[in-house]
Amino acid sequence: MKSSVIIFPGSNCDRDMAIALEKFGFKNSMIWHNDTKIPKTDLVVLPGGFSYGDYLRTGSIAAKSKIISEVINFANSGGLVLGVCNGFQLLTESGLLPGVLLRNKYLRFICSNVYLNIKNNSKYFFKKIKKKTIELHIAHNDGCYYIDKEHIKKLEDKNQIALEYCGQDGKVSEEFNPNGSLNNIAGIYNEKQNILGMMPHPERMIEPILSGEDGSLFFKDLLTKN
Amino acid sequence: MKISIIVTLKKAVLDPQGKVIKETLKNMNFKGIDEVRQGKYFEIEIDEKNYEKAKAKAEELCKKLLTNLVIEEYRIIEKI
Repeated sequence: MKSSVIIFPGSNCDRDMAIALEKFGFKNSMIWHNDTKIPKTDLVVLPGGFSYGDYLRTGSIAAKSKIISEVINFANSGGLVLGVCNGFQLLTESGLLPGVLLRNKYLRFICSNVYLNIKNNSKYFFKKIKKKTIELHIAHNDGCYYIDKEHIKKLEDKNQIALEYCGQDGKVSEEFNPNGSLNNIAGIYNEKQNILGMMPHPERMIEPILSGEDGSLFFKDLLTKN
Repeated sequence: MKISIIVTLKKAVLDPQGKVIKETLKNMNFKGIDEVRQGKYFEIEIDEKNYEKAKAKAEELCKKLLTNLVIEEYRIIEKI
């Protein structure tokens, strides 16, 4: 499978993401935000970082980049799109995913490992991971997921919630909510489930030396046939 | 023409920064501060003499970039 990682000014997880994708067998290309074409690819990744210094609102400036109209076309034609951290913020700002990511509830930058409950498997992401609870890393200032009441119901009804912050045993409750996200939401899909936005960084958990390997499960699963 | 725009969070949206500012004001012994909501202020120079036309343009800027209508609302206050 081929992947394309898009680089914005201020991206800082782009190369980590490329290393992770290549480690598990993707043939990866790096794409500059000012480009107007994405080469033939199966997966587009919007990496973490602080595009444009988080000016105006996180992800808002990058969401107006030239390449984004191509990403929207690619997603609408059924292509797989993954946004991690700033990439998730960008996906909400570009309208590809509903809701928004606000400043963390307790106003702290959070950098720690968290446990995540895989709430819904999609046809494309988390297809066959046997573990129900995985451990990944988060590092963000603006990860508090918010959406209004009417739309949260729609997300729930259409199985669009991908990941929830939880305890080691998989229990989802407020005490395990690091940033004030509505219903502990850490990641969501679009309605067709070919777009995934998530605050945790799977690319940071692909070696035992990096305190865990649950990120490997995520990438291996991406390459597994349904 | 100069147009000024105020962007604020919708009522239903939590504003942790506003809350901290309110608590700090209280700690500084200011009395009677019930609520603080933090927002953004823009001054935009628009090449347009007619206020209504400038306002219409400002609205478009608000909808397309300056605000995220999921959480924010805007007011185009007046020409300066």
